[in-house]
Amino acid sequence: MTSTLHPRFTFETFVVGAANRLAVTAGRTVAENPGSAYNPLFIYSGSGLGKTHVLMAVGHAAKAIAAQLHIEYLTLDEYVEAFHAAIAAGQGDAFRRRFQNVDVLLVDDVQFLTNRKEMQAELLRLTEALQQAGHQIVLASDRPPAEIADLDERLISRFSGGLVVDMGIPDYETRVAILRRKAEERGSNFPPGVLETVAKVEFPNVRELMGALNRLIAFQAVNDTPMNEDAVRKVLGIPGKGGEGGGKGTPAPAPASGADEFSQFLTDVTATVGKAVEAWRARVAEAVLRWEGEGYRTGRLEQLLDQETPPAVDEAIAAYVQDVERLKALEAEVAVLDPQAAGDKVFRDPGQLQAAEAAAAKVRDGAAPPPAPSAAFPLDGYCAGPSNEIALKGARDVIGKPGKKYNPLVIVGRSGLGKTHLLHAMGLELAKKKNAVVACLSTQQFVDELIAAIDGNRVDWWRARYRRATAFLLDDIQLLAGKERTQEELFNLFNQFLDADRQLVFTAPAHPNTLDGLEERIVSRLEGGLVVEIQEPDKGLKRTALERLLKSQRVTADAALLDYLVDRPVESVRNLGALVQRVIEAAAAQDAPVTAGLARDVLEGAPAPRRTLGTRTSGIVVSSAGGVRSREKMVWDWPAAADRVIEDMR
Amino acid sequence: MSLVNFTAREITCKIVYYGPGRSGKTTNLHYIYGRVPETRRGRMVSLATQTDRTLFFDFLPIDLGQISGFSTRFQLYTVPGQVYYNATRRLVLQGADGVVFVGDSQARQLDENIESLQNLQSNLLEHGVDVRTMPLVMQYNKQDLPPELILTPAELEDALNFRGVPSFAADALHGTGVFETLKAISELVLKKLAAGSPAV
Repeated sequence: MTSTLHPRFTFETFVVGAANRLAVTAGRTVAENPGSAYNPLFIYSGSGLGKTHVLMAVGHAAKAIAAQLHIEYLTLDEYVEAFHAAIAAGQGDAFRRRFQNVDVLLVDDVQFLTNRKEMQAELLRLTEALQQAGHQIVLASDRPPAEIADLDERLISRFSGGLVVDMGIPDYETRVAILRRKAEERGSNFPPGVLETVAKVEFPNVRELMGALNRLIAFQAVNDTPMNEDAVRKVLGIPGKGGEGGGKGTPAPAPASGADEFSQFLTDVTATVGKAVEAWRARVAEAVLRWEGEGYRTGRLEQLLDQETPPAVDEAIAAYVQDVERLKALEAEVAVLDPQAAGDKVFRDPGQLQAAEAAAAKVRDGAAPPPAPSAAFPLDGYCAGPSNEIALKGARDVIGKPGKKYNPLVIVGRSGLGKTHLLHAMGLELAKKKNAVVACLSTQQFVDELIAAIDGNRVDWWRARYRRATAFLLDDIQLLAGKERTQEELFNLFNQFLDADRQLVFTAPAHPNTLDGLEERIVSRLEGGLVVEIQEPDKGLKRTALERLLKSQRVTADAALLDYLVDRPVESVRNLGALVQRVIEAAAAQDAPVTAGLARDVLEGAPAPRRTLGTRTSGIVVSSAGGVRSREKMVWDWPAAADRVIEDMR
Repeated sequence: MSLVNFTAREITCKIVYYGPGRSGKTTNLHYIYGRVPETRRGRMVSLATQTDRTLFFDFLPIDLGQISGFSTRFQLYTVPGQVYYNATRRLVLQGADGVVFVGDSQARQLDENIESLQNLQSNLLEHGVDVRTMPLVMQYNKQDLPPELILTPAELEDALNFRGVPSFAADALHGTGVFETLKAISELVLKKLAAGSPAV
């Protein structure tokens, strides 16, 4: 993983010119005084201008001065790879310790930090650790820190806090010197003027310059004749002396050396200022720059600078940083609940942490809670009987130990058997627990909300709304059929709730594995809990339900009425309720008491009035005390016999 | 003026190039101007007479960027060397953080050098500044002239530098010693920060 230093990449083999003198000087200084001169040293230049060479040369020089130094050179990609491997092996801490013990760390190709937030954080931590321990870090990149896309402000600040130097394109003299040295290293001799002709071409980097030299060497070897200037132009495609491009002549060295003079001056001043500004002021100023760069108000830190000798500066900075971290946490929390509220400037001012806490609490309280269970379905209003006793037992167990006993609980049964009532009743009971947030809603509502969230680009907010819940109760999950996205969301929610031991309750008209359109992964999770079925209401249950229904309507229920209604063939309690309602409304319309007779009249139809003259009947009269009790089983109006015969003959 | 503004996180150094007329103060600034990248320097303001003598003063602002979290700027001034511009000199000297005394190495100019040095001392006193507390660097300019015309740095050192401040032989026209002088005065000025003594 760590590359070894290339033996030829030393300062001795590096041709120094105006464009790279500063970097080399800084590199040498760092090698002579690792950790104390410029830390970190950040070298940047275009490709092929010698960054890696200087980086390795620092390593060689430092090693030559102090052989006991632990020096590591690696590219950022190697560093990332090593980090990932260490994390995968569960050796993250060992990896960090290992690099924190390096005396001189040389990291190449730092530009690849772009879009690698976790590595940026890791490198920031490492840089801080190395600096604190007085160890040297030297970085190389193809661009300055501020131009590395998406680079953390703290890293930019950290890198800029040391020395950032660039290496430019070598000037004409340097190019000649490079060509001469390389030709010499390869044992090639060129007549005077040849290398100068090559050097006149302003190659964008040294690699291309080397490529040109290689071509000349190869050409000369094949032809076995020394090159001349014309041949060079031909081989390298350089226009003639009168042409443009190649014949620019010797560039004036003065500006380059002038720029170098200024850079040297700047370096010296930087070192002087670094020493002169009181260390604590530098630390405070650095902190101000860093947090200001991240958009936080730094008035609190700036007040320190106004004092002559403020007490406990480091503690003040640490407290500020702690407050910023708290603000970040609050902002992140609020962003989930209400993205707009997260933009409040109060979350950017560590001087107003209390206000930020209050604002966050407000958002927390005011955030749209998930749909709650309906108060219309209390548990004590739920009628128990043999037909639903298992379901009710399951529900009570869930209420007693939410998330622990049966999770999920799936209540199945035909429509109208009280699944929804039981679901909401459970929701109401669960909501009574401390800090409980119960989401209880129909599947259709769940689907509609998701669609609205997608439409409003607020899916994260929508998810967060449900993820806050301590219990999730969903009615009629058969409606999820064919709704893939909703099933996906439910699946994720499902897993989170199961992982956190938070209760899930569902209702369905039939056993989950018989429902069409539900994904297997959801069905299997539903089956993984307890599936309880509610049967058709038994007589006992119906009687209880009737008593409650009538009582709720303030109707005094006599035994005959109850007997009559209990005996009515109904498939569900809901239908029973509908029957009762019809009877009560009829009684109210007739201004008559609710009695069994009235109920019979309403539900089975009033007896037909006596036939008058001219009306032909079957002549059958049923005694009111007779054996046939049900009027609806009787045929009251018969067609005339003649008509019937004709009908039969057809 | 304030050398360091901690609240605004700024360091502003005012350095005045002082010396007798035609000793090469403006030439120093011109050389520096030519070597500072365009992005780092402001416009050089130069008020000169028709014979290129500095009439009022030259002003060259240089922005060194962020150093240790401080936005660092240097303001380089020259004063007119002629005797009769003393009011201007005193004005320019106000608030100076450091002085570069540009001496003329020509032997015949020695008296002018001494006179100018005394003038510097008295003008600083006018501002209530003891020259011994003011960061000062000596530059013996025109060392490129024929040896028979000039005094050697050692001779000038004996004659002028009785305070033993840092000194540099220079040829401002070609740049020799210019940045060395600037670096030395900058260091002296900035080191005052550590001592904590306020600027003038």
